[in-house]
Amino acid sequence: MSLTPDQVRRIAHLARIETSEAEVQTTLEHLNGIFSLIEEMQAVNTQGVEPMAHAQDLAQRLRDDVVSESDRRAAFQAVAPETEAGLYLVPKVIE
Amino acid sequence: MSARNWEVVIGIETHAQLSTQSKIFSGSSTAFGAQPNVQASAVDLALPGVLPVLNRGAVECAIKFGLSIGAEVAAKSVFARKNYFYPDLPKGYQISQFELPVVVGGGVRIQVGQGDKAYEKVVRLTRAHLEEDAGKSLHEDFHGKSGIDLNRAGTPLLEIVTEPDMCSSAEAVAYAKALHALVRWIGICDGNMQEGSFRCDANVSVRRPGEPLGTRREIKNLNSFRFLQQAIDYEIQWQIDTLEDGGKIQQATVLFDPDSGETRVMRTKEDAHDYRYFPDPDLLPLVISREWVERTKATLPELPEAKRQRFMEQLGLSAYDATALTASLEVADYFDAVVTAAGAANAKSAANWVMGELSARLNKEDKDIAASPVSAAQLAGLIARIADNTISNNIAKKVFEALWNGDGASADEVIEKQGLKQITDTGAIEKLVDEVLAANAANVAEYKAGKEKAFNALVGQVMKAAKGKANPQQVNDLLKAKLGG
Repeated sequence: MSLTPDQVRRIAHLARIETSEAEVQTTLEHLNGIFSLIEEMQAVNTQGVEPMAHAQDLAQRLRDDVVSESDRRAAFQAVAPETEAGLYLVPKVIE
Repeated sequence: MSARNWEVVIGIETHAQLSTQSKIFSGSSTAFGAQPNVQASAVDLALPGVLPVLNRGAVECAIKFGLSIGAEVAAKSVFARKNYFYPDLPKGYQISQFELPVVVGGGVRIQVGQGDKAYEKVVRLTRAHLEEDAGKSLHEDFHGKSGIDLNRAGTPLLEIVTEPDMCSSAEAVAYAKALHALVRWIGICDGNMQEGSFRCDANVSVRRPGEPLGTRREIKNLNSFRFLQQAIDYEIQWQIDTLEDGGKIQQATVLFDPDSGETRVMRTKEDAHDYRYFPDPDLLPLVISREWVERTKATLPELPEAKRQRFMEQLGLSAYDATALTASLEVADYFDAVVTAAGAANAKSAANWVMGELSARLNKEDKDIAASPVSAAQLAGLIARIADNTISNNIAKKVFEALWNGDGASADEVIEKQGLKQITDTGAIEKLVDEVLAANAANVAEYKAGKEKAFNALVGQVMKAAKGKANPQQVNDLLKAKLGG
């Protein structure tokens, strides 16, 4: 399987990464290289092997349902580019 | 609404906000109504270097839900990243579950319609999975910018997905109501729809009978049962009209506008998000042991369906009564308490009082049954006095009224204080009957001439003379005996 430049542009757009035409070409080569690596791995017979969702075969640790965080808004907002009335301000977005 | 030979197919996705103290992946409070961003921690803000840690309480809610709908609680489920960019989602992805959800299958029994046309059906569930809520964007004008409040970001949600099993807005609403009652019943969601704790998306499509499924449109974020019904009805009609005019339905996400009563397109399939799900490497698989499931099962209250069956089988209630009395845990608990105090023999009478006089009165004053001025114990006391003939049904209403207004601590006290005890002494009633017969010769003559109505007039006269307190059966019997003799 190999990608087209259009697919690379789409992936870049989805990830909100700006790419020049030259970068599309080099990225295409890199990604195709990764794909051929995956193709090699896919040749391995994995029948009967349970798929893993994580590299470590461990279970998620859980925390008790208690409130442990206090209000640190002032500290967090001190480094925010713009705030008002306790809100973070961002460029207007309406879908 | 199977208008003009079209079949309607509806599936529903519900986001139920889980009643935990803290967020699903952080120790921030989930309390509603706080000042903006005071309940948004470093994890909720997605500051660099933070890691999510899963809340045991949220998982427990999911287990309870799975148990209550007869579903499989997955021994192993996996959290995934759902990627999209929006300012109220600072990480750039929502932590959700995708391929391996925590709850699989199950079903919710619904009752649709009333009277002769009432019917039951089971809506099958596909899955339910745990995920985090996003923050809130405020689009009022902040110098041409949007304001972001991340208090809600990371609030635990259970997304509950049905099979496309409903075929009318009535069925969709019946399902949503049954699910709403259930999540409140088992205490995993407060069900507050105004605050957004329980919101529904409806997938609607139409087809000619026997044909494959039509293209669906998804109506987003319906936060009342009325809007759910209105939006679906509008959408069905719109799709049928479009198809009959030779048009095609395009897969789309739509919003319902309560003011116009119409749905309008938010985005089409071309603009559909490409979420690029993948397992979240920050979280290990969620493992739920059999033992944890069993332990949780023991904490569940008797479920609505089991209670309904018990009301029918052990108390001899009709299916209609049993359904009405298990519509919410508060009503069921109240009724149970009345029956426990008044005895199972008075169950039917208790059902009539709870669904009749009490519920009418609660409705009228917009009161919740949990805050009823007449307690279950007081109502049981009243019912016991009807059962043992101390008072008639009519007088009982007077006593109920007095209890409602706080004019007495118990039915016995009201009866005593207001002298409402029924006259059952045959001698006393006979005396009243004789007086009435002597004073109403005209009625007596009419009755003897074959006018049945005259008899009722005489009964009325006796009851009046007794100030409503004579035992009606005894009055009837004595009158009949005397008139017949």
